[in-house]
Amino acid sequence: MSTTTKSKSVLWDWLTTVDHKKIGVMYLIAGTLFFVKAGVMALFMRIQLMYPEMNFLSGQTFNEFITMHGTIMLFLAATPLLFAFMNFIVPLQIGARDVAFPFVNALGFWIFFFGGFLLSLSWFFGGGPDAGWTAYVPLSSRDYAGLGLDFYVLGLQVSGIGTLVSAINFLVTIVNMRAPGMTMMRLPLFVWTTFISSTLILFAFTPLAAGLALLMLDRLFEAQYFITDMGGNVVLWQHIFWIFGHPEVYILVLPAFGIISEVIPAFSRKRLFGYTAMVFATMLIAFLGFMVWAHHMFTVGMGPIANSIFAIATMTIAVPTGIKVFNWLFTMWGGKITFNTAMLFASSFVPTFVLGGVTGVMLAMAPVDHLYHDTYFVVAHFHYIIVGGIVLALFAGVFYWYPKMFGHKLNEGLGKLFFWVFFIGFHLTFFVQHLLGLMGMPRRVYTFLGDQGLDTFNFISTIGTFFMSAAIIILVINVIYSAFKGERVGADPWDARTLEWATAHPLPEYNFAQTPQVRSLDPLFYEKIHGDGKMKPAEPLQDIHMPNGSILPFIMSVGLFISGFGFIMFNMENPILPPIVVAVGGLAITFICMIVRSVKEDHGYHIPVEEIKAKEVN
Amino acid sequence: MADNLSQPFSKSAMTEEEKVQFQREKKQQVVAFVLMIFLTLLAFLAVAADFLPVMFVIPFILLLALVQFVLQMFYFMHLKDNDHGWANAFIWSGVFIAIPTIAALMLLLGITKY
Ligand code: HEM
Ligand SMILES: [Cu+2]
Repeated sequence: MSTTTKSKSVLWDWLTTVDHKKIGVMYLIAGTLFFVKAGVMALFMRIQLMYPEMNFLSGQTFNEFITMHGTIMLFLAATPLLFAFMNFIVPLQIGARDVAFPFVNALGFWIFFFGGFLLSLSWFFGGGPDAGWTAYVPLSSRDYAGLGLDFYVLGLQVSGIGTLVSAINFLVTIVNMRAPGMTMMRLPLFVWTTFISSTLILFAFTPLAAGLALLMLDRLFEAQYFITDMGGNVVLWQHIFWIFGHPEVYILVLPAFGIISEVIPAFSRKRLFGYTAMVFATMLIAFLGFMVWAHHMFTVGMGPIANSIFAIATMTIAVPTGIKVFNWLFTMWGGKITFNTAMLFASSFVPTFVLGGVTGVMLAMAPVDHLYHDTYFVVAHFHYIIVGGIVLALFAGVFYWYPKMFGHKLNEGLGKLFFWVFFIGFHLTFFVQHLLGLMGMPRRVYTFLGDQGLDTFNFISTIGTFFMSAAIIILVINVIYSAFKGERVGADPWDARTLEWATAHPLPEYNFAQTPQVRSLDPLFYEKIHGDGKMKPAEPLQDIHMPNGSILPFIMSVGLFISGFGFIMFNMENPILPPIVVAVGGLAITFICMIVRSVKEDHGYHIPVEEIKAKEVN
Repeated sequence: MADNLSQPFSKSAMTEEEKVQFQREKKQQVVAFVLMIFLTLLAFLAVAADFLPVMFVIPFILLLALVQFVLQMFYFMHLKDNDHGWANAFIWSGVFIAIPTIAALMLLLGITKY
């Protein structure tokens, strides 16, 4: 059995990899591509809304852009970008060699990727879905929506499987793979939030899968769950969607909280204030997140009692969220703060997120929501949470973990320029949208009339979008520039506190030559104070057992992709092949791979001690 | 050391005690399985038999469903095992979240206005 790396093509290496670090990088790349795609759509939509009665996009295209922008941003950009960090960082932070099921990890990525690809194919088959990212029936029923919506249903169904699979993997990893001494109450907060967010995925993506299945049955096989003429119920879809949809917001924002809780202590040179309170606040937010979905439906006519219950339940979430905000502030209080780019993003996250939270409480007042509902006020609110919360946290994470992932820092000067252009652009774009909303500009309209007091603010909002686009270009320049000229750094460039910075440099495929012994919260910092600055090993240096790569996850995902496409063919005018053949054929590919995987024995390979010693020296 | 990995084990890695435990568990599962088939049959018969009043059949099969659920959880999802703490925690939090959610959903959909 060979131990040295066989020289294979780079492409093959990445297609078959089961290494959590490479999968993390693939999530980062795929998520970025989708982010740019949805971002360009946002830019086009804002250009269309720059002046009254513009003719830049048609109404139909605008609707398709709105739907695809929202869907892609949430499912194919924000989630995978967070998954990128979870994959790369979580095993390092808990002192593990890899995730619990490396094969399944690769599978999760490829299924997500091909699900997203399937959704994107809609452009080549008569246009994207156009019923909004919420796909409310009857707008999304077969009477009103074309093929695009079938791509929405099956694309999300497939990529949702990928998300579920990865989430379960994270849960098992965090439960089972922690280094000796790493108790649950010593987990870094990013690991905690990953854990809780994965639990939310487990409980929230299942209702989504069920809802999408019902919608698929309605659209493809003439079922009538949501067809009122036949006794179906349209409000049922809204409930199922938001039982998933509201927790989805927390699935995204909790890991963002986690990133902030790592960055702020690192650059304040203090331990996180109120660790235990932070953990329990996260759990409480997650639990309450499930019980408030109907606040999206105040205007449906649920009646005053139901409205009041959901309004109050929603407002209670402000309590644990407030605990978190104050703990971040107390962490910075009296700290020796370094304002580099990562810290700029992390510290500006706090007030921005609070603004989004305040408008959230305003929207939670059921009677007042009748005023705000479906106006730009709502658009402003959720973009303050999503861009001002999640995206700022993601950028903080990029600048913080970049040296660990790629071995060099991003340029600080360009980074700060990027931060200011983005931050100013963001507030320009979205702050005025609150005012537009209060003046009555409805959401999801492709144009507006002049001289109604909406002209100036819409113009300002679009200018802000240009700023943000420029900022992203600066970031791209920064990435390219730093790849050549970036400061090459060692294993621990920030003098940080957690385990990922205790690994060798460059990061070997087995992460830790010897599993570390954890003696405290912030283990690396503890060793810097009480030990010799290095982690104590928990085991002797010995051969390391690693899993082999495999092409099966890729083929299985292609199978699911083909099957999903086959289902869509049921609604096509002249399918070249009988749809059922394609749908079943695709599933067969996946199942055959599963059988191969179960029958064929694959014991992985060993890295001998001499090789490890050679790597650890430099 | 790397090479003997591809060879099959010569004997079972389980201790005698574990083997006994395993046998007992197997027996319990078979019994639970037979019992569940019996319960399913009972439910089917209750619905198929014309002479039973509907007002009896509905609560009756709901009761059977509950028993089945408990059997399923305890014997096949390992809720009875002490060393399955995490699996237990997850299943119970699932139940803890699903019950109020489903109850609220039924109220909101079933009764027109509340
Ligand atoms: C950063 C620049 C962004 C800009 C300029 C922007 C712009 C827009 C615009 C113009 C709309 C349509 C509003 C309407 O008429 O209802 C919209 C909707 C939406 N955006 Fe963004 N957006 C941005 C980022 C994001 C991000 C990062 C996310 C999520 C991760 C996101 C999620 C959504 C969602 C969910 C909708 C609702 C779509 C729907 O109504 O179906 N946006 N955005
Ligand atoms: Cu909500």
